[in-house]
Amino acid sequence: MSSALDITQAVKPPRAAFLDFPLGHTTGKPHEPELQRAILEQALEAFTSLTTPGTVKMLPFRWSDDDGWKRDFMTGSDDRIPRHSTPQYQTEDDRLRADESDPDRERCPVCRVTV
Amino acid sequence: MPPIEYMRRIRDSYADLGYAAYQWVVNEEPPSWQPLRKPLSECRLGLVATGGIYVTGQVAFHYRDDTSIRAVPTDVKTADLRTAHFAYDQTDARDDPNVVFPIDTLRRLVREGVIGELAEHAFTCMGGIYSSRRVREELAPKLRERLLEEQVDAALLVPV
Repeated sequence: MSSALDITQAVKPPRAAFLDFPLGHTTGKPHEPELQRAILEQALEAFTSLTTPGTVKMLPFRWSDDDGWKRDFMTGSDDRIPRHSTPQYQTEDDRLRADESDPDRERCPVCRVTV
Repeated sequence: MPPIEYMRRIRDSYADLGYAAYQWVVNEEPPSWQPLRKPLSECRLGLVATGGIYVTGQVAFHYRDDTSIRAVPTDVKTADLRTAHFAYDQTDARDDPNVVFPIDTLRRLVREGVIGELAEHAFTCMGGIYSSRRVREELAPKLRERLLEEQVDAALLVPV
């Protein structure tokens, strides 16, 4: 799957399917299971329909009737958050559960915490 | 409008910030190729997703070149899925993980007979790693090894 056509074309995976949706929506919109299914079924067809290495299949779905999200992205500021080097839990409850979980965990070579 | 030119956009924003140009991976040679030897309806499919997905109870990803992976059982409860990633808006992914980790969609396609079966585990990582060398030398070999262990016929890669 791809949300970034230029990056995918530069990397050249053997087969790809491009969905022209905003980043963070590689396989669809939230709580739209029929759309999610249609996207994935068409993408998976690329496994058999593409026969030239490096081809990108263009999926025929649009995020919205207008392309405002693209204009917003091109003019918006860089909103990435800082690259913390400790685990970033979605909830505090997740942190507590991870701390309690079994000791059979691999060690992260970067941060030296168990993962 | 044509697709967003992410490479140009990021090149420009790095220049504005005074950063050195980002070194994009550009592969000139055609990729390796392996035809699918049987219909998808008979295949065991692997899933790899880079959106920082973990299961509650696992250690979350960190944001500085984390090349670790998590094994997510493909019978996981969707409500137990979480995300940890610094470079995309996680609002929708946390509301419905299927937008970056299409687990319910894949399970449905198995029930419908479109896909043969899913591997026992999906593999996830936090794809915001700024060293392509570390992806190539640390992350990719781990993913390859785990997918081979799970004896998949094909793998669906879902980046963010």
